This record gives sequence, structure tokens and C-alpha cells, in this order.
Amino acid sequence: MDAPLPRAPGEPLIRVIDVDTGYEGNAILERINFEVRKGEVFGILGGSGSGKSTIMKNMIGLLPPLAGRVLFGDDDVWAESAQRERIVSRFGVMYQSGALFGSMTLLENVRLPLETATDLPDDAIDLIARMKLELVGLEAFTGHLPSELSGGMQKRAGIARAMALDPEILFLDEPSSGLDPITAATLDATVRRLSESLGVTFVIVTHDLGSVFTAVDRVILLDRRAKGIIAEGDPRRLRDESDDPRVCAFFRREPEAANA
Amino acid sequence: MAALAIHDGPDGSRILALSGRLDAGALRELWRDVRRAVDEAASRRVVVDASGVDYCDGAGAALLVDLLRRPRTPAVEVRDLRPPYDALLALFDPVRLERDLDPEQPRRPVIEEIGRAAAAVARDTRLQVAFIGETTAALVYAATHPHSVRWKDVWRIAERAGADALPIVALISFLLGMILAFQSAVPMKRFGAEIFVADLIGLAMLRELGPLMTAILLAGRSGAAFAAEIGTMRVNQEVDALVTMGLDPVRFLVTPRIIAAMLMTPLLTLFANVVGLLGGAVTMQTFGIPFLTYFRETDTAVALEDFAAGFIKSFVFAILVAGIGCLRGLQTTAGASAVGEAATRAVVSGIILLVIVDGLFALAYYLLGI
Repeated sequence: MDAPLPRAPGEPLIRVIDVDTGYEGNAILERINFEVRKGEVFGILGGSGSGKSTIMKNMIGLLPPLAGRVLFGDDDVWAESAQRERIVSRFGVMYQSGALFGSMTLLENVRLPLETATDLPDDAIDLIARMKLELVGLEAFTGHLPSELSGGMQKRAGIARAMALDPEILFLDEPSSGLDPITAATLDATVRRLSESLGVTFVIVTHDLGSVFTAVDRVILLDRRAKGIIAEGDPRRLRDESDDPRVCAFFRREPEAANA
Repeated sequence: MAALAIHDGPDGSRILALSGRLDAGALRELWRDVRRAVDEAASRRVVVDASGVDYCDGAGAALLVDLLRRPRTPAVEVRDLRPPYDALLALFDPVRLERDLDPEQPRRPVIEEIGRAAAAVARDTRLQVAFIGETTAALVYAATHPHSVRWKDVWRIAERAGADALPIVALISFLLGMILAFQSAVPMKRFGAEIFVADLIGLAMLRELGPLMTAILLAGRSGAAFAAEIGTMRVNQEVDALVTMGLDPVRFLVTPRIIAAMLMTPLLTLFANVVGLLGGAVTMQTFGIPFLTYFRETDTAVALEDFAAGFIKSFVFAILVAGIGCLRGLQTTAGASAVGEAATRAVVSGIILLVIVDGLFALAYYLLGI
């Protein structure tokens, strides 16, 4: 159950180079460097307020970094807006709350990116959308509005929508928060399956250690006080072998006092 | 790119050989061709040879599922799809996907719709009556226990609903005064009676237009804002949090808003009256009536009770607009559109109520001889 098979690292897909991240001159993280390789499940970990969601916003084109560059392949995400739109359209993003459009049914939510980006026949779009919803176990709720569903179901529908166009890279912001353990485990299994069968690259922002140990290949651990990355690598090895007390405390779920 | 080759197998079956990349970009033409090929095979066995497929994403899998789910005998077979894509295809059950598991509800008959709408109106009326009761109780409590009112909130809301509304109230009333003066001065001039424009504007502004226009502006600005604010709090479960902390949402959220509106609306009305009269005076200048003459005429035409009639109305209007805004906010259901709907309903029902109550006031003043 633990430890997915180690895979040969692919070429870098996203490179974050010397990035300062934060809001309006107030840097939460400074001089961050890491890369996400093709085909891996990459985790951005850290406590609350460590800037993990903010750096994801830098990567998906929502918030410009205060300094530094984010490269997708060889293209700078933040170079110019036309290029950014082109790059970002190849990403799939699931937001923390699902971010479904409230006036549309689940099926319409998943259909929307397919309708705008492809010119497949209408019933083919319908079938693809329903298959995506089946992948996340929501095939019996296609005609429901998001407000008629529980938070966990909305989140799963958010993933289905993010996967609609089979993006090369899927960003998941706190996928397991608010989910029951069984649903969270199903989600982890879905991530592994998509990663292994389709070679989709995942970037997962989370602090759910259960998901990290079962689904994630490689992580960076962010720290608020250090304003940077304090550990990088296979999460299971970090848990077992790291001698940094902050890293041990995080992976062994020890209280903050042990940090000092 | 993806390609399709059709040939017949030795056992008489129709073989569709797919090759290349099966992804959304490549499927537009292919999807139609493959479907047609299956239809043309009529009752013969159809085998999809997928050994030449190099890549297959979700859209490609959808194409294969689309063939597998066709209601035909014998069913389509897919052969030699290589791993890991065969595992992807195995995730889906074509038979289940053929059925719509969540069909749309059939439309209700018209009679039932009318009944439901009537029941909704009755329910809403009951809620409004209950809300009036709760609000009155909360206001009485606030009057007898002034320290229980969150005065900091009251001043903050009063600033936004009152002081911040001064420019728009000034603009509207000034223009209203000017337009009213101009429209009435032209015909009255023919009878040499343009001086009485001052009487008209004085009475109209003080008794009707000053309070009514101010209240309508309040409904548009603050009524909608109250509904959106409280509605968002409702959606974010902040209202639930208040209840579980033992705080009454009406006392905590509604009372400060109504008090702020009651303090500010009469002042805004006063301001609107003065600016409206000024607007009239400016127009009348162009008709050769000096400021002093205009104001002296207004003074003789308007009595204190005319001013009081409008001023009292503005208190009632304030309670109506702020109350309905808060009620619509508290009634907000879930979802992003719900807050917008609450704001819209606050403005619409606010204005309807204003007009109705203004009519009642006119009747009451007539009967009382004011």
C-alpha cells in the first residue's frame, strides 16, 4: 500500500527559478527553486500560512511572483499575457472548494471546457464528460446543481472538470481537505491510476500526510519561518531518514513545541 | 495523427484498425468515420483492432466506449489495446454509460406551478410578518437596553449608508428640482404664473419627492448592500456561527442596520429637500425670477406640517428599506447566484413596499387633513 514504485525521473516540465512569492511586496517565501518532472506526482507541503497555495498561484498564472521566473518547458509563464493564456490552457486546476459554476449542472460544468476547446460532436462531448464524472464516482449526479451536493462531491466534480481536456499537468489545491477517509483514499487511487495509465503529471498542494505517503512521488516542504524549502525528495525517505527536527515534526505529526 | 483502416476478416467480420494518437485534437473527423463504419457493417461482427494505437487519452477512451456501448448484436469488440491504455478503458462500464443515470425531472403541470407559486407567496408573507415582529421586539429591546446595541457597527454603517450617499443624493435631487421647475415653468409662463413654480417645487419636494427619492436611492445603495453582506455571511455560515454562539442574528445584524438607516435617512431627506429647492431656484433664474423672490414664495407656500409630513415618512421608509434588505439577506440560500438574487429581491421588494406605504401615507394625510 505504501511506497509507489520508484520511476525514472522524466524531463523537467515546470521549473520555478529564484521565485519570491507573496502579496504586495510582503514576501512569504524567498528565492524558491524547484522543478516538477514529467509524469511524477509532485507534492507541495507545508503548514498553514507557509505559502503553498500562493506559490501554486504563481505557477498557474493567477498571481505574478514578486521576483523570479516560472518556466513551463522553455516558455516563461509570466512573460506576456497571450503566451500565459496559451500555457495555462494546457493546465487543469482543481480549486480548494471545487469552484464549480453554480448555475450549471455537473454535466454542464464538465462539458464547458470541452465545448470551448474542442470541436467534437455534441454526444461525444457528452460521453467524455460523463466518463470523467464516472471516474470520480459521480455518474448518478450529472443533472444535479453543485449546491445540491456535499462539499466532498463538489470537490470531486471539480477534479472531473479539471480533467475534462486531459491536461498534461493537473494542479490540485488541498484535494483531500473536507473529504472522508474513504473518499480521500479513492481520490488518491484515482491520482495514481491517472498518473500511471496516462502519464499525467500532478502537482498537489496538501498537508494530508496520508495522501502524501500513498500517492505522491516527490515533495518539497515549505516553512514559514525559514521563508523557503526546508526539505525536498521522496516523502517516505524524508519521514524515515531526515535529521532536521522541523521535517521530522511535520512528517511525524508532532506538536509545534518540538520544533523549537 | 490518428487513422482508420477498414477491412474484412477471414471469418466475415468487419475489422476497424485504429492507429496513431487517439486524443481530442485528432478525433473530430475520426469519430464520425468510425461510427459510420460500424453502422455500415449492419449485422456483421465488428472488431476494433487497436494494436496500432500509440497513445490514448480520455477522449480516445470515450471513442472506444462509444462503440462498445452501441446497442447492437453482436456487440462491438475492442482488441489488442496495449497497456496502460487497456487499464484506462477497463475503468468504464459501457452499458452503464449508455443509460442516463440522473435524468431531468419532468416539467410540472401548470396548475401545480401556480399552486407552488401561490404557496411561496404565502410563505414569504408569513416570513415577513414574523420578521416584522422579531425586528420590532429587537428594536424595543435596543431602546430599553441601549448598551446592548453595537454602536461601532451603527456608526460604520451610518457612514456608508448616509455620508457616502451625499453626492448621489445631491446630484439626483438637484437635477430633479431643475427638471421639475423647467417642465412646469414653460406652460405656467403662458399664464404669467411662473412664480408659482416655487410653490409647486416646495410642496412636491418636501412632501413627496424628497423622502421618496432618498428612500429609493437608499434601497438601491444600502438595501442591496445589506442583503449582499448578510447573504454572504449566510453562505459562509457566519450567521449559523452567531446562532450557535447564542447571539440572535436579528439583534446582532439587523438592529444596527435599521438604527443606522433611521438616523441617516431623515438627514439625507432634509439634504435632498434643500438641494432640490436650490435646483428649482437655479432654473427659475433663467426665467427671470431672482433667488430671493423664489425663496420668499416657497416660504409662504410651504408650512411646517408639509415638512413634517415628509420627514415622518422618511423614518418609516428607512425602517422598510433596511428591514427588507436584512430580511432578504437572511433568507439567502446556498450558491453564488443566491447572493445576487437576495440583493435583487431586496431592491425590488423595497421599492414596491415604498410605493405602497407612500400611497397609504397619502391616504392617511388626506383623511387627517394634513
